[in-house]
Amino acid sequence: MVHVSATPVLALRGVSKRFGAVQALTDVELEVHAGEVVALVGDNGAGKSTLVKTIAGVHPIDEGVIEWDGKPVSINRPHDAQGLGVATVYQDLALCDNLDVVGNLYLGRELLHRGVIDEVTMEQKARELLSTLSIRIPSVRIPIASLSGGQRQVVAIARALIGDPKVVILDEPTAALGVEQTAQVLDLVERLRERNLGVILISHNMADVKAVADTVAVLRLGKNNGSFSVKDTTHEEIIAAITGATDNAVTRRAGRRSTEAAK
Amino acid sequence: MSDTSKVEKTDGVVEEQTTVAPADDPTAAPVAVVDPRLLIREEGLKGYWTEFKRKVKGGELGSLPVVVGLIVIWTIFQVKNDLFLSADNLSNISYFMAATGMLSIGLVFVLLLGEIDLSVGSVSGLASTVFAVFVVNHGMGQWLALILAVVTGVVIGALHGWFFAKIGVPAFVVTLAGFLGWNGLMLWLLGDSGTINIPSDSGPIQLFGQSSFFMDQAIVGAYLLAGLAVASMLIGSLMDQRRRKAAGVPFRATSEILIRVGALAVAAFAAAVVLNNASGVSNALVIFLASLVIVDFVLRRTTYGRKVFAVGGGIEAARRAGINVPMVRISVFAISGGFAAIGGMFFAGQTASATLNAGGGNTLMLAIAAAVIGGTSLFGGRGNVWSALLGMLVIQSIQTGLDLLNMNTSIQYMITGGVLLGAVVIDSVSRRSQKAAGRG
Repeated sequence: MVHVSATPVLALRGVSKRFGAVQALTDVELEVHAGEVVALVGDNGAGKSTLVKTIAGVHPIDEGVIEWDGKPVSINRPHDAQGLGVATVYQDLALCDNLDVVGNLYLGRELLHRGVIDEVTMEQKARELLSTLSIRIPSVRIPIASLSGGQRQVVAIARALIGDPKVVILDEPTAALGVEQTAQVLDLVERLRERNLGVILISHNMADVKAVADTVAVLRLGKNNGSFSVKDTTHEEIIAAITGATDNAVTRRAGRRSTEAAK
Repeated sequence: MSDTSKVEKTDGVVEEQTTVAPADDPTAAPVAVVDPRLLIREEGLKGYWTEFKRKVKGGELGSLPVVVGLIVIWTIFQVKNDLFLSADNLSNISYFMAATGMLSIGLVFVLLLGEIDLSVGSVSGLASTVFAVFVVNHGMGQWLALILAVVTGVVIGALHGWFFAKIGVPAFVVTLAGFLGWNGLMLWLLGDSGTINIPSDSGPIQLFGQSSFFMDQAIVGAYLLAGLAVASMLIGSLMDQRRRKAAGVPFRATSEILIRVGALAVAAFAAAVVLNNASGVSNALVIFLASLVIVDFVLRRTTYGRKVFAVGGGIEAARRAGINVPMVRISVFAISGGFAAIGGMFFAGQTASATLNAGGGNTLMLAIAAAVIGGTSLFGGRGNVWSALLGMLVIQSIQTGLDLLNMNTSIQYMITGGVLLGAVVIDSVSRRSQKAAGRG
């Protein structure tokens, strides 16, 4: 499933970001391959959102390199990220309640037919996209206001796919959803992987992470605190990395003993 | 009736269905999964009726309050004075609604953003004065002066929009300041004379005047307009249906198209007969209707219109979609100012003069009331420009009816205030039930 050998489609090398006196990110490394779901986990304030925003171009990085297909690129504006093929679905979905599903999917990049909005083609393509993703929406012509939270989430994710991105960033897509809706969104994440997209999934829910992610990257206090393959890692190990429980009296003593023994 | 609906089932596809289309079409898209709880409209006329009842319950009143209101108002005035539904009086209504209607068109744009423009009345008065000063005091050509007056309105509107979008002053306050300020500028321009009479033998003032008719009162003129409207709606709907069929997306059944076009045909030709019985279709009305068609096209079929709706529906969503929100806001206020200025020219055409009272009194309230009564929400994102036409029919009927009954201005103001309040209450209540029905 994970193509470790290939060049990562997106790689962060030693990325740092400061806000005034706060060092939000320090020397962060992250790799996303095509067809790989990377879960980005960490406690509140660990720097997950900041990291995602540097990739999305909201906050330009201070130090380090962002590589796209192995070549260094500079992402200074959201426009740069979109141009490369990074699509971000933020936690507040930012959909227009009064527009219908088609209108929202194509908002800001409407298809034109002789200078006029081409509703027919847009509707056709929207239906195709939604059906290839097996998204269950009552109708593509009802306003977003009529949809449930889970349906809005999948519409927001589908919207990110309209521009044919290579990397999709999902910021806590299941945070406010019920059981069935969460399952739908997780199914959708797997379908993104099947389409050979790189997915960065931010989540606090370990069950979700274990269910769909290939790799888990843990951030703690703005630094990498381990990157695990989901298959070979237990729930507890990830939690320990998130909370920093590995760094306590017991582990320090154990560490000291092993170095002493080495001497 | 049941036969018709059965026939429809074989070739017609319902709008809100996710699955596609004629069973014999091999290229039909794969059958999508439909939520079983979803309400799907039944075929045929029964389907329309249940759909209609569901929409009313859900607070999607559409033009229902207007139609009901119009029937009630016309009945009351007709009982009070049997001249009310005479051809001449209806012709008066159709002429006088154009001026305030122009203000209302501009306000629809602003209301779609969820904002308000309180300055349109003053801007319309100022525009007519600017026009009169250019023409009478400076001897400028009327058409050039007209363009300058409209540009004045656009610039003033853009200025309001700039203060709102860039500085962050609430639109309510900016335009309230404009309401007072531009009225003051108008009074200053008019000076001591108070009134400037504009020659009305030719040019725009003659065109906007009460004695200027489409095709010089030729009987065929009204029918031509009605026929044009019906034919273009029929052709447009059928072409849309064909494109949708070809693309494999749901389309309107032919019966539905025929019902809609039929309804328009009845209304349009009835209006044509009535206006021909009076003196014909006034050019002011023709320009008003043409503006409605153009603006409707802009709002529904262009990316600019989509941006206006998007900003009205969710600023953050619009911004993330790459829409330049401040530019949309400024342009919308500029459009509002421009239409206010055009409306001002219509007012000048009514009296062939620029006066102290131009755009004053309850003009602003009537324009806002018309847009809201017609179904454009004060809360933004919902509405269409035809509400300016429907709302103006109601408002102008009340105005003309009260004039016919020789009601005092005091009574007129009270009734207008009541009607505006009623319209806003309907808007708020329907919004609340829309929320309850999950469509807010």
